[in-house]
Amino acid sequence: MRITGHPILDDLPERKKVNITVNGKMIEAFEGEPIAAAMFAADIKVHRTTPKYHEPRGVFCNHGRCTDCVMKVNGRPHVRTCVTKVQDGMVVESIEGIGQWEKGE
Amino acid sequence: MNNQLVIIGAGPAGLSAAIEAARYGVKVLVIDENDKPGGQLFLQTHKFFGSRHHMAGVRGFQIGENILKQTENYNVEFLLNTVVWGIYPDRRVAFAEEGKKKGFVFGENILIATGALEKAFNFKGWTKPGVMGAGAAQYMMHVNRVLPGKKVLMVGSGNVGLIVSYQLVQAGSEVVGVIDSLPKIGGYQVHAGKIRRLGVPIITSHSIVEAFGFPCVESAVIARVDDRGKIVPGSEMEVVCDLICLAVGLRPFNELCWATDLEMRYSKEFGGFVPIHNEELETTHEGVYLAGDVSGTEEASTAMEEGRLVGVVVAEKMKLIEKRRAGELKKEVYERLRSLRSGTFGEKRAREKEDIFRDFASRGTQCIF
Repeated sequence: MRITGHPILDDLPERKKVNITVNGKMIEAFEGEPIAAAMFAADIKVHRTTPKYHEPRGVFCNHGRCTDCVMKVNGRPHVRTCVTKVQDGMVVESIEGIGQWEKGE
Repeated sequence: MNNQLVIIGAGPAGLSAAIEAARYGVKVLVIDENDKPGGQLFLQTHKFFGSRHHMAGVRGFQIGENILKQTENYNVEFLLNTVVWGIYPDRRVAFAEEGKKKGFVFGENILIATGALEKAFNFKGWTKPGVMGAGAAQYMMHVNRVLPGKKVLMVGSGNVGLIVSYQLVQAGSEVVGVIDSLPKIGGYQVHAGKIRRLGVPIITSHSIVEAFGFPCVESAVIARVDDRGKIVPGSEMEVVCDLICLAVGLRPFNELCWATDLEMRYSKEFGGFVPIHNEELETTHEGVYLAGDVSGTEEASTAMEEGRLVGVVVAEKMKLIEKRRAGELKKEVYERLRSLRSGTFGEKRAREKEDIFRDFASRGTQCIF
């Protein structure tokens, strides 16, 4: 859920809307915001599953430190979604296990 | 061309140092891994305490805006989206710019102002999506402008736990409770009062046992703890929540200090390992300074004073201000730091600082690169 009409903070200046795809689902995002924020706003909280016990993981530190929120972004695995900004048409996918590079990389 | 001062971290400490040093003509470069300088000041919507000098009554993000405006008045160079991964013995600062160039910059003086990180606390289910740091939730609310949870359980009743609880309610969440394993509220009464008036219960002597739900948090079980920190059987209670926030303290973000091989010591009072330093905030490596939470986690007001101090120290060293004038300026900062480190909590920190300075003095000569 997006916060608008905050009692202390002014609303952000109007931002350009973009679309990104998260696990095949198209969601709306604002230019300049991190992938994790757009996902949270769309109520998607599971970013990946662990290699051994297949447990779900999501945003923990939201500062780019813990790497719990890493996902595959435009084919590149292990991208920290909390500090990576959205781009129109971005394709974001959950990493199951340790993740893989696309062929040829 | 060499930089006279390379600052790592553009938070309140780093920026205050940059402004102070640049004011006297020091050539300053500030490196930060984020795309915008200001650090965690932009998370803070509450008004600061202290004196007029520390901008008491002004909200954190406004202080951030003020500081940023000041850097524009001086010749402060920025290198943003850039991670510093090492400091070499010849004072080369190794950096990698996000997706772009890697390289080195030389700094005649180097200031490590990397701040602090949130500590974690583990219990069964703590890895589930829906458990996050209080600062992480604050970032989600105030910078990303997204509500991190609808019903929140806050673990930890220190100032961070209390303030973030209040801010969660302001943003539209329901805080189902603030728990603390200690029998007393950790933070200031004024913050506790504010959330109590909103009807948020603060439950002391209680800890979290387990987080439930799949794949995300749906509830938590909390229980009473005895005076030895053991769970009292039969006292378990289930609370429905979709977010569990951990506000269990901060530790100095000291990884770069370890990598630079600065001599460190553990400090319970300051949240973890801190580099040993003297009163002028110089470390065991000559020319490498500290300011802010990395020298011991405190508050933004203290961080700003420490930054100013390093700015003056470097300007004096570069012979851009006279010794006498520098002495006066330093004395003013020391006095303000003393006033920030007064009161029950403050005095402990003041004593710990003195002990760190003594430790520095007892180590004899510094390592010279």
